[in-house]
Amino acid sequence: MSDVLAILLFLAIVIGAAIPIGWWLNRILFQFPETGRLAKLDVSLSKLLTGKGHGSAQSVKAYLVALLVCNAVGLLLLFAVLMCQALWDSSLPSMPWYGALNIAVSFVTNTNWQWYSGEVTLSPWTQALGLTVQNFVSAASGIAVLAALTRTLAGRKDAGNLWNDMRRIILYILLPLSIAVAVVFVVQGVPQTFTAWLYGGSSPMGADIPVGPVASQVAIKQLGSNGGGFYGVNSAHPLENPTWITNALQQWGLLVIPAACVVAYGLALGRKKHAAAVLAAMSALFVTGALVMWASETQYGGMEGKDVRIGTTSSVIWAAATTAASNGSVNAMHSSLSPLAGFVTMANMITGEVIFGGVGAGMYGMTLYIILAVFLCGLMIGRTPEYLGIKLTAERMKPVLIGLLLPTLSILVLVATALLLPGARAVVSSSGPHALSEILYAVLSAVGNNGSAFAGLSAGGIEWTTITSIGMLVGRYGVIIPVLLFAHQISGTSVVPSNTVQFSTHGPLFVVVLIGTIVLIGVLTAAPMLVLGPVADHLLMGVGQ
Amino acid sequence: MKSRPTQRVPDASAIRVAAIEGLRRITVKHLRRNIIMGLVAVGALITLATTLFQIVLGQPWGSSLAICFWLWFTVWSAMAAESFAEGRGKARASSLRGGREGLKARLLRGDKEYVVDAATLQPGDLIACSAGEVIPVDGEVVAGVAMIDESAITGESAPVLRSSGGDRSAVTGGTTIRSDSVTICVQSAVGHGFVDRLIALIEQANRQPTPNERALSIVLQALTAIFLVVVVTLPLLMWYAGVPANTTTGVVGLVALFVCLIPTTIGGLLPAIGIAGMDRLVARNVVALSGRAIEAAGDVDVLLLDKTGTITYGNRKASEIIPAAGKRHDEIARLAYLASIYDETPEGESIRHLVVDAYGPQEHPQQAADVPFSAHTRLSGIDLPASQSVTQIRKGAVDVIASQCEAAGNPVNEVLLTTASELARKGSTPLLISVDDLSVGLVELRDIVKPGIRDRFERMRQYGIRTVMITGDNPLTAATIAAEAGVDEYIAQARPEDKLERIRFEQVRGNLVAMIGDGTNDAPALAQADVGIAMVSGTQAAREAATMIDLDNDPTKILDVVDVGKELLRTRGALTTFSIANDVSKYVAILPAMFASMWPTLLPTSITEALNVLQLQTPESAILSAVIFNAIVIGLLLPLALRGNRDKGRRPEQMLRKNLLIYGLGGIVAPFPSIKLIDMLISLL
Repeated sequence: MSDVLAILLFLAIVIGAAIPIGWWLNRILFQFPETGRLAKLDVSLSKLLTGKGHGSAQSVKAYLVALLVCNAVGLLLLFAVLMCQALWDSSLPSMPWYGALNIAVSFVTNTNWQWYSGEVTLSPWTQALGLTVQNFVSAASGIAVLAALTRTLAGRKDAGNLWNDMRRIILYILLPLSIAVAVVFVVQGVPQTFTAWLYGGSSPMGADIPVGPVASQVAIKQLGSNGGGFYGVNSAHPLENPTWITNALQQWGLLVIPAACVVAYGLALGRKKHAAAVLAAMSALFVTGALVMWASETQYGGMEGKDVRIGTTSSVIWAAATTAASNGSVNAMHSSLSPLAGFVTMANMITGEVIFGGVGAGMYGMTLYIILAVFLCGLMIGRTPEYLGIKLTAERMKPVLIGLLLPTLSILVLVATALLLPGARAVVSSSGPHALSEILYAVLSAVGNNGSAFAGLSAGGIEWTTITSIGMLVGRYGVIIPVLLFAHQISGTSVVPSNTVQFSTHGPLFVVVLIGTIVLIGVLTAAPMLVLGPVADHLLMGVGQ
Repeated sequence: MKSRPTQRVPDASAIRVAAIEGLRRITVKHLRRNIIMGLVAVGALITLATTLFQIVLGQPWGSSLAICFWLWFTVWSAMAAESFAEGRGKARASSLRGGREGLKARLLRGDKEYVVDAATLQPGDLIACSAGEVIPVDGEVVAGVAMIDESAITGESAPVLRSSGGDRSAVTGGTTIRSDSVTICVQSAVGHGFVDRLIALIEQANRQPTPNERALSIVLQALTAIFLVVVVTLPLLMWYAGVPANTTTGVVGLVALFVCLIPTTIGGLLPAIGIAGMDRLVARNVVALSGRAIEAAGDVDVLLLDKTGTITYGNRKASEIIPAAGKRHDEIARLAYLASIYDETPEGESIRHLVVDAYGPQEHPQQAADVPFSAHTRLSGIDLPASQSVTQIRKGAVDVIASQCEAAGNPVNEVLLTTASELARKGSTPLLISVDDLSVGLVELRDIVKPGIRDRFERMRQYGIRTVMITGDNPLTAATIAAEAGVDEYIAQARPEDKLERIRFEQVRGNLVAMIGDGTNDAPALAQADVGIAMVSGTQAAREAATMIDLDNDPTKILDVVDVGKELLRTRGALTTFSIANDVSKYVAILPAMFASMWPTLLPTSITEALNVLQLQTPESAILSAVIFNAIVIGLLLPLALRGNRDKGRRPEQMLRKNLLIYGLGGIVAPFPSIKLIDMLISLL
């Protein structure tokens, strides 16, 4: 019982904090002050960074192009840094190009899929200047896409200005929060240094321990739904997550900004009740998943793959939150989860990461589900369906469906590809349904821009790096581009006054319908995979095979 | 012909015709238009090939053949449903076409008259038409006046007057002249006239998918695409998870799963829903010039209504008799009756009705002389012979009678005048009754609001539709009628251009506007409105500008049209939700069956049993049951598709909740017992 309460309490604390953060997010994105100290500071920072003042309003297309350019440049820079790091640190192993590209894609797409162990593969400088920079930029990109979508939904013709958004998101939200969190981590004993190794005698464990700027990277990896840990085992590593305080704070960081994005969405559109309904649907799905995992783990699960310091309940909450939020950091090994708990982690990712989801990405992904739900059920009220007063015509439904189904489609195709490639099959450590689960998990994690791994699968070969790179790119831009195309379609449309009877986007009925749509689409597209993987695994475990 | 929508019981011959036509439509041409059914047909072909393969290889082929049969049955159901829906329109169209073959016309050239085939007439020709003749083509009366029987197109049996010039000059091909003769200037050749267009519309020869249908099709096609990939990748997953491959049963199982997953129910019924929607309008004697118009009617936010004819009967009727102080009610009623005995105007008639209703039949006096109403005198009445106690009984406009009385030295009682002006203020017309220039009482004439109209407006309000009444009355009168009828807003002392302005005003605010009209004045507004309904008796210009034509000339039809539009959208939503919700049960039925039949080595029987949630007899019968359910549900839901998802006066939110429960939750739950039942029946055979 106390475990159930712990799950609910955790959620309450997350949402409690998301409200003020969401309020602030709404302010800096949609109501940025025109005068006053913050405005002056912003102009001077903008001049410092770009040599110009505020960027002017961009059309949706210009915004999208700017974002893609920004991400592409980031990708190339990171790729270059990774390929060249051996130049300044000869102790590091050289990296194959496909491995470096995979890491670059992984961090630019906010996935942070890691086929490597960061502490022995990357220099502290690479981690800090390469990965951590992208941890900020990719997180800000997700929020920026949501901001552009929200503006057009509110009836604006322009999408805002990407550079303004990126600057403000990073400088006034992500950076201050990360610094505050990192300071707590340092106080709690998480290393923050540019020394690469802590040698035998001086380390607390009497062995040679790799260290580096851990605290700063861990703070943003949690807050920005990145998930790429400093250490290979992520937050299960005692230096990455040393105390119950760091554990609790990191769990909180998994969901707080994704939830705040929902709050900001509701505030910006003047639809608080709608945002509350969306949060309710997310919470219900999250709690249900967490409870199933908890029940399965307490009945079937052992302590294999878990840290005794952390225990079952916290491992379960973390696993549920990290897969729901497209974060991907872990404090327990998911491959060792009981099959049903593994099922939940996969189900969370199959939804396309909309149960809170990635920062920004969760809410814009959720918008696609909301539109589909409104389209199907709205017809039953006897009108052409509308979302927030915007008529859902054929032209507008096209990008919505592409954004919803392209990731699913790529999951199926990539899983099939992996099964067809002998080189990809060979690196799976087990066989039968559990092996299928490992492959499924890897693809789901990549396409869902999650980044967590089921373990048991060595993902460093050319087959898997290619599969996951494609998955990450499709999972990210296969949603962002359709979302912004939808935004382009609706930009400047006059918003109909809602005096007409419409399918209400708040209240219990809407919450039920939204949950129903998410679950139904998930079941319909993924049931065979899940039955052959984790469900069969679970049944086999029941008969002791 | 003037018929309310009736529940037409499909007769056996209509079903037989549709069944045969359904078979004939299983062609590449038709299947290409309906991608979902096209894919089912491809699946059926694959199954057929597999069955033949199994026969050749000597493998058991019975269940494959059965599945193959039911897949073809699915395709046929969809095709038959579409042609059944079309059949209903065809019957109506052929009745319109009847009697228009081989007509002759009297062509005027100079002073001569030639009898020619109507088919040779060209626009601009002049033709003569007299009593008893059928007007061969659409045209305009350029000379003469005639009474024309338009019942062939309007269902209105009373002949209407058509004369040259003004709003009443248009005549329609296919109507019959009852009396007199006219010269008509031909406006459209045979085959291109109004009735020909109506026939084409009713038959829906060139039916284009409507905007909403297109949006829905995109959703359905996207789901179909994803299911295709799910099913195509499934064998790989099965192989990897350790399911030994059994090619032939595997292929049939996959095809069955695919067909069950794709939204065949809505995919099969989508064309029928649209056709039936048009047909339901035709049954109400409204012809929509496009499917888009019907849908737009469902989306309307604002209804612009003329007061006269739509909200009120148009004629003022006597509603009350008010005696002057000291007079008896029955006495004044009798006088009002006497003043109206020769009055054939609707007002006069209504006074007689009112008195007869209150006091029974009245005696007519001998030798009464009629004093008819004229616009100049603004009064009417009778003169009795001088031998009677009273000689002059008059009723008329208050100011006219009052001044006569005053001139005679009998000023009208102040109280009576105050009452009269009060009546005028609330929108009634008071008539003053005088006997030998002595005022004795008032008759109140009122615009009578049509019964039931208030409830209908209330229902529109629940849909979120605002009603705006347009009237030439003064603001006070307009306000009274508006309050009585329950409209949301009114425009008093409206000029014709006010309609157009109001429509633009609403459209700028993103509202969809519907209006109904008949005059030439209305044509610009009809064209501007999102849904413009013209009366068939209206001018050519109005009919050209409108998106719908009302054949009954009944302005309240606009409310029916809105209802049909909403039914159409609700039906689509309900069937789509049902179709998608069904998939859950099909997975539950088919997946375990597929895995169980092919996975015996890996999974112990206890587990395959556990997976077989529905406890279906054999894997083969499980798959077959799901396919059969999927096929027959199209036929079972055809009545819903044809009659539409009616709301029976429920509030929209209640309706939504009910539909979600029936088609959403019901769509998930209902197939389970059905599939189980079919499975039990199969095992009996």
